Amino acid sequence: MTGQTPILEVNDISLRFGGVRALSNVTFDVKKGELFSIIGPNGAGKTSLLNCISGRYSPQEGSIQFNGKEVTKMTPNHRAELGMGRTFQNLALFAHMSVLDNIMVGRHHLMKNNFLTGGMYWFGGAQKEELTHRREAEDIIDFLEISHIRKSVAGTLSYGLRKRVELARAVALRPDLLLLDEPMAGMNLEEKEDMARYICDLNEEWGMTVVMIEHDMGVVMDISERVMVLDFGKNIAEGLPHEIMSNDYVKRAYLGEETDEETEGEVA
Amino acid sequence: MAGYNMMRCGEFRTTYEKDTTIFPTPMSKKFAILGVILCVIAPLQIGEFSFVSPAILTLMIQIGYLSIGALGLNILVGFTGQISLGHAAFFGFGAFASAWMNNDFAIPVFFSIPLAGVLTMAVGMIFGMPAARIKGLYLAIATLASQFILEDFFARADWFTGGAAGALANPFEIFGFVISGDRSYYYVVLVYMVVMYIIAANLMRSRDGRAFVAVRDHYLSAEVMGINLTWYRVLSFGISSFYAGIAGALFAHYLEYVSVESFNLLLSIQFIGMIIIGGLGSVMGSLMGTVFMVLLPEVMQEAASIITSTSWGNIPAITEGINFMKEMVIGAAIVLFLIFEPDGLAHRWRMIKAYWKLYPFSY
Repeated sequence: MTGQTPILEVNDISLRFGGVRALSNVTFDVKKGELFSIIGPNGAGKTSLLNCISGRYSPQEGSIQFNGKEVTKMTPNHRAELGMGRTFQNLALFAHMSVLDNIMVGRHHLMKNNFLTGGMYWFGGAQKEELTHRREAEDIIDFLEISHIRKSVAGTLSYGLRKRVELARAVALRPDLLLLDEPMAGMNLEEKEDMARYICDLNEEWGMTVVMIEHDMGVVMDISERVMVLDFGKNIAEGLPHEIMSNDYVKRAYLGEETDEETEGEVA
Repeated sequence: MAGYNMMRCGEFRTTYEKDTTIFPTPMSKKFAILGVILCVIAPLQIGEFSFVSPAILTLMIQIGYLSIGALGLNILVGFTGQISLGHAAFFGFGAFASAWMNNDFAIPVFFSIPLAGVLTMAVGMIFGMPAARIKGLYLAIATLASQFILEDFFARADWFTGGAAGALANPFEIFGFVISGDRSYYYVVLVYMVVMYIIAANLMRSRDGRAFVAVRDHYLSAEVMGINLTWYRVLSFGISSFYAGIAGALFAHYLEYVSVESFNLLLSIQFIGMIIIGGLGSVMGSLMGTVFMVLLPEVMQEAASIITSTSWGNIPAITEGINFMKEMVIGAAIVLFLIFEPDGLAHRWRMIKAYWKLYPFSY
């Protein structure tokens, strides 16, 4: 599944807010088709890094290449057109729109009708285009199993469903690279399992490269192909899940000094 | 309160086309068509009998052009989440632009009205530029500047507005056939109103309309979804001004005279009042709010004259104070309205429909 060509190359980026160094000299790359996770303690700079990739922040130093294109200075909407989709840690749905409309907004850059043809709707092809894209949106709705709420107003839904709608909206962009910021935060076990399955399916069946920030170590270690650890804005380790689990530095910084085996051994 | 987005019993949609109509149910479509038909026959005169008096016809024309302006402001404020305190200035610009093109370039009124809309759109986009950088109250003050700049421009640009003397506007004319008099002009306004409302409804169910609402609800994620924030904010000002320009042009050719004083800040605030009362982010709400704002003073006037005609009301204390009381009651009505129905008339209307949907078993 995973190829050798990198889809995303982050070269030596540094991000400062005044005297605070949110990111210092972070370098990594993500291969096409990979499921890549970023972990680290709170405040380590994970979300800042994702914001640099998606274009909310622009790093003072370093460069970001996406699909071989230099995107460091591009606006977020331009990056979306190139095929980058993302979800947010704190829900960022369009609260007063229906779920269906939220997903249709995701189709924005794939559609052509504008305020002139849209205003005339029946003449000029807007209707035809809307219906074609509705079909696509329905495929995503079916896949994420949210067909029962497609007409509900997004702001009225439960947390778990909103997270799923947000994923649906990002998928509607048909991105090559999907950036997920804590997709499983605040969910119960069953919802987490569902979400993990969706992410794996998107990665394997829909062919999307996934970069995910997540705190649930069980999920991260189970589904990711490679893991990167951030601490105080620095890339402290990168590798296969089991390498990360046994890395002493990572244990000290994030996972905790004592290993589970030790504690269990003592109890037994 | 059983979810007003629920589908009616016995209604089955088998295609996506049937699921993306302007009107949520076939019944609401029939009601809207019925409303238009009633509007069409209202001014007809059969012998001595007429459905509406000339005074009411004047009010209906007023509602017609003001509701187009209000709809424009609703697209900007209600749908895109921007704010404008200069809407009356764009309304005025449309009025002068249409009269100017008709007088100086001999463009027939039939064409000068839409052209005035396009010209106002361009001006609106220029004055909407600050929206690319600033938001909320700061934007409100920036648009207030556009109100004052344009008002000053109207007073000084003699070539465009006729200066203090104002501009004369010719009556509406179609292929050499002059339409004057309230009864015929009413239909011009009605056609424009229906067309402009249909365009707005279509816009809101297609790509750019969704982009507007996305910018309103969460501009950061809208940008990540590939929406160019600057373009859509400025475009929203443009479309809003286009509507204001058309409305102003209809106003100009109705009165056949445009004065520089009529487009002040008060009118801008009244437009805002219309859309807040009607319902922000609702196409039909713009019309309902306009009807409310235009009719409220009339109803109050009527009530005042009834009170003073009674024996107990015809005392100096009441007859002298009634005009002040009238103004106060209008103010109080608006305040009470905002307290008890902050989501506007459009929301109340949806609630009423939701109630009748399950009548008589409302559980």
